[in-house]
Amino acid sequence: MRGMTFAQKALARAAGKDYVEIGEIVNANVDVAMMDDILGPRIEIAQGLKELGVDIWDKSKVVVISDHYTPPCEIKQAEAVKFTKDWSLSKNVDYHEYEGPCHQVLAEACYDQPGTLVVGTDSHTCMSGAFGAFGTGIGSTEMLGVVATGQIWLKVPESFRIEWKNTLGKGVFAKDMVLYDCRTITHSGATYKALEYCGEAIRALSMDERMAISNMAVEMGAKAGYIPPDERTLDYLKAHGSTRPYALLYPDDDAEYERNYVNDAATLVPQVACPHHVDNVHDVTEVAGAPLTQVYIGSCTGGRISDLRTAAHVLKGKKAAKGLRFLVSPASREVYRMAMKEGILDVLIDAGATIVAPSCGLCLGAHTGILAGGESCISTSNRNFIGRMGSKDASVYLGSAATVAASAIEGRIADPRAYF
Amino acid sequence: MNSQIKGKVWKFGDDINTDIISPGEYMDASYEEIGKHAMERAYPGFADAIEKGDIIVAGKNFGPGSSRETAQIALKYAGVGGVIAQSFARIFFRNCINVGFPVVTLADTSELNQGDEIQVDLLTGEIKDLTTGKTYYGSKLPEHVLSIVEDGGLKNHLKKILKKD
Repeated sequence: MRGMTFAQKALARAAGKDYVEIGEIVNANVDVAMMDDILGPRIEIAQGLKELGVDIWDKSKVVVISDHYTPPCEIKQAEAVKFTKDWSLSKNVDYHEYEGPCHQVLAEACYDQPGTLVVGTDSHTCMSGAFGAFGTGIGSTEMLGVVATGQIWLKVPESFRIEWKNTLGKGVFAKDMVLYDCRTITHSGATYKALEYCGEAIRALSMDERMAISNMAVEMGAKAGYIPPDERTLDYLKAHGSTRPYALLYPDDDAEYERNYVNDAATLVPQVACPHHVDNVHDVTEVAGAPLTQVYIGSCTGGRISDLRTAAHVLKGKKAAKGLRFLVSPASREVYRMAMKEGILDVLIDAGATIVAPSCGLCLGAHTGILAGGESCISTSNRNFIGRMGSKDASVYLGSAATVAASAIEGRIADPRAYF
Repeated sequence: MNSQIKGKVWKFGDDINTDIISPGEYMDASYEEIGKHAMERAYPGFADAIEKGDIIVAGKNFGPGSSRETAQIALKYAGVGGVIAQSFARIFFRNCINVGFPVVTLADTSELNQGDEIQVDLLTGEIKDLTTGKTYYGSKLPEHVLSIVEDGGLKNHLKKILKKD
């Protein structure tokens, strides 16, 4: 019997089996079911449970986080958040709102445990992979099935092994690594596959940086984005008061991979995704100078404390370019508080930033600063689809917090390496 | 649900995303209204042009983008009988199963022509082109997944199995 990939091991565990084949469809037991305010209880789920005449299978495994429509900018959004809140409280499940994007809240509340199966009604649930969990996004109807039965059918995916050798140079970050992966694998190249990261440069990343990588697995079409758990993973969980069970799962040496990628972190230069596709990625040197009207540091991809520290390093004692709008949304209440205590918010505000609420709002163009036609923004978030951050006639670029901060100073896309 | 579908082929290319299948502006419209605008970004007037039961045949990566189930609703209410594609975006594929909308993966869809009359057996994955007389074999769904499609979607399927318990 051939060795197993992480995906095989995680889904075998979830299905209560010793071994599963690649391509096999299993009935898996879910460890954590996360719902948000946009595709959560209000779509199918609350009504469906009523129709089925059953209650939530295990309330300790369900968490609801209102983040996309908070703070609401119109009645419709407010009604969605109210419904989500009322339902969650009436069901007596763990409920969070206005605290920040769900994936970050999920991580800080220790729902992302190594080896567990985490499903969520948001496509970036793959971020749980940063903790060595099998995290994946699902639709509302299948979430109904999960909350009713605790189970979900899953196909054991083929895996791509992505090794990052050596160490990153100055001014180059995890976001650049994952944008480079989007560039080589393309936005659909990993459809229905699981990504498995490994290598020296991955091991060297902080948990914050690992989350940026796993978060964007779905931008290549992937079902999951695994990073092997280690001391750092366990330290993070311990520091956050973790008590939930976990299983440290690692792929076997003779596991079968559909593709193998070997990248060199040492030669990587900052990467920028250009309008309007996440895989339209170029070296920053090729796009430096592109004019901007807004810069944004935030989201579940690029609004963590390490991102804000990096931005503050670049911006300390400097000012954002005249006429440029500079918005910062710490990825959570915890990140906000840390940034405040460390004096990072002062540095950013001195540089001309407006600090907005922890939320998904800007990233998906729902509220808190959407773009008008003709505006152009570079963002630390994860998608630059046409119209993603507002008008269809706006342009969105994606980069690391360093690239965004350097671009803020220059008022156009800039190579951050000069600031390190 | 019948495990066989039959209809005329409507050909589309690669990477038909959920914004093409169902533009976001109709997200909160009635199902009928959502259906009227299905595929219009790639083929204006599509919903009026097709006959009930017609089948979309596409290239690679059908359905990337949003996890909203309005994409399936749009196709269903436009009267599309099913989709055959070389590959599907993951969440789209899952949502199809879960709302009871037939999808079949076929490695090479290039020989199926616009307007061909085809018959698809979801149980066996067999695709018969009645116009050219050729037969192809697409992926077949495992039995317990097909039973979800046959029950008309996950909700009806759950009703059935939860009742049994």
